Amino acid sequence: MASTSKIIKGSVYVVEDNIDTDQIIPAKFLNLVPTIPDEYAKLGSHAMAGLPEGHPAFVPEGTDKSPYAIMVAGRNFGCGSSREHAPICLGAAGIQAVVAESYARIFFRNAVATGEVFPVESKVRLCEAFKTGDVAEIDMAANSIKNVTSGESYELIPPGAVAPVIEAGGIFGYARETGMIKQRD
Amino acid sequence: MAATITEKILARAAGQEHVAPGDNIWIDVDILLTHDVCGPGTIGVFKREFGDDARVWDADKIAIIPDHYIYTADTKAHRNIDTLRDFARAQQLPYFYDPGTASYKGVCHVALPEAGHVRPGEVILGTDSHTCTHGALGAFATGIGNTDAGFVMGTGKLLVKVPKTLRFVLDGELPEGVVAKDIILRIIGDIGVDGATYCAMEFCGSAIDALSIEERMTICNMAIEAGGKNGIIAPDEKTLAYIKSRTDRPFTPVYGDADAAVEAEYRYDVSTFVPCVAEPHLPSRYVPAAEREAVKLDRAYIGSCTGGKLTDFIMAAQFLKGRKVTIDTFLVPATVEVAEGLITETIDGMSLVEIFAAAGCLDVAPPSCAACLGGPEDTFGHAHGSEVVISTTNRNFIGRMGSKQASIYLASPLTVAASAVAGHIADPRDLLSS
Repeated sequence: MASTSKIIKGSVYVVEDNIDTDQIIPAKFLNLVPTIPDEYAKLGSHAMAGLPEGHPAFVPEGTDKSPYAIMVAGRNFGCGSSREHAPICLGAAGIQAVVAESYARIFFRNAVATGEVFPVESKVRLCEAFKTGDVAEIDMAANSIKNVTSGESYELIPPGAVAPVIEAGGIFGYARETGMIKQRD
Repeated sequence: MAATITEKILARAAGQEHVAPGDNIWIDVDILLTHDVCGPGTIGVFKREFGDDARVWDADKIAIIPDHYIYTADTKAHRNIDTLRDFARAQQLPYFYDPGTASYKGVCHVALPEAGHVRPGEVILGTDSHTCTHGALGAFATGIGNTDAGFVMGTGKLLVKVPKTLRFVLDGELPEGVVAKDIILRIIGDIGVDGATYCAMEFCGSAIDALSIEERMTICNMAIEAGGKNGIIAPDEKTLAYIKSRTDRPFTPVYGDADAAVEAEYRYDVSTFVPCVAEPHLPSRYVPAAEREAVKLDRAYIGSCTGGKLTDFIMAAQFLKGRKVTIDTFLVPATVEVAEGLITETIDGMSLVEIFAAAGCLDVAPPSCAACLGGPEDTFGHAHGSEVVISTTNRNFIGRMGSKQASIYLASPLTVAASAVAGHIADPRDLLSS
């Protein structure tokens, strides 16, 4: 369950600007339905399968989990399609947070609504400050990310108006907490 | 207090006098649109959260228009359409457009207004990023994910942030050979793929007034390629005539105030615009077509919600009449109505289908999204290698049409037709004048 007070520590996967949803999850995998458990896992196995050749494997061949816990990106992460398969495949692969300079709107919204991954904005561009394989530690309460490998720390932008939705674990949790829809029996 | 058309529609949907950019408000939804790649997941969320026996909030306000993976042997794609079919039956949904039956339509963003589901002043949310197309008819329309759509399905409401507005004032007369696709590619080229992130893109001015409804749809359709939340054009006589030809349902158009504050205003004289392409691999990589004549092509593709409307095929046919294509030219009408139009619409006594056949195009495919987004391997037009493609579609991301090695150039139907004849990227004006 998402929480804005937690610490996320793990290995980092670095990408640059304008990573679109076709790179995050190519359309040929959209025949998988995220609410079917084994297809959810399969989406994880295909996460980032659309990246151009030359990027290190995000999910090792034959597995459905990524060794990385944090994605660090440049501008406009998640541009393109409204496919919710995008934040879901990252969550299914084991990514806990994306730290980007900026997001495309629908990806950000879907990440918050599903509670699958934290979409965190960095104050400065970080995709040159981290290398794939570095270890990072995000302190959500302090709004900071530390590159444990290099020792440098960087500021994150507080989530603002979406914080209560993230805190509630997504749009359904938030709507139940605020009385928009009734609590589960 | 002065407000934009987007703010006024959202205020009305929220039951408030006034809303301001940045406000987070709960709005009532008039139409929820979904299709075969996001519908099953939306239904899954709806059942998980509201229960297996829950009923949708309003069956009359849900349009399910399968269009993505229709003509394929992929078994999961078929399973997904069965999921929609079972749900539509169980929930007695009147607006399920079932593949393989007479109700099948094709590409949802062309089908939705055809079927009368788009009305000025209303709120349309769809599980597809190109839902912004419907702003061309004066609606607030934007793309959402499965979870939000599952929420809407159960409640008819959604929490949304009111966007700031970027206003694009387009005046002047378009030169011959320059069309709506050239306008929107130019704008995206100028502001970038994130130039309108979180913003409403409002289009107005005499050049917009002069455009047909379908050409306005081309412009609003690509608002998402600049990161826009919605694209919108105020309704006028053309809009009202179009809507009334499609539906008897009552609606109340909404108009913005001329003095409403906007985040930024961009002014253009479209008489200076030229035929253009967007180079691989971003829709913002604008360049005049005339500057890329050295680019040799393997394929031309006309189709999709952006460039597969009847108007798009008429433009291509006007160019291809009496000419021959020199590369494989794929034609995918967006909907059944467009496909029928290819047979009934004529130029100098020849139907569009006859013109395309005489020009040497591949046989017209049945309506669907087809290779616009790649899809299963057996999809018509799917790229399998290092093809260089010029296309009337909306995205040229790496791998978009199915192969990471392929290069996709986006262009207008006229520029695609001219390039199909030349075998390389070509400016249609060169041949229009000859």
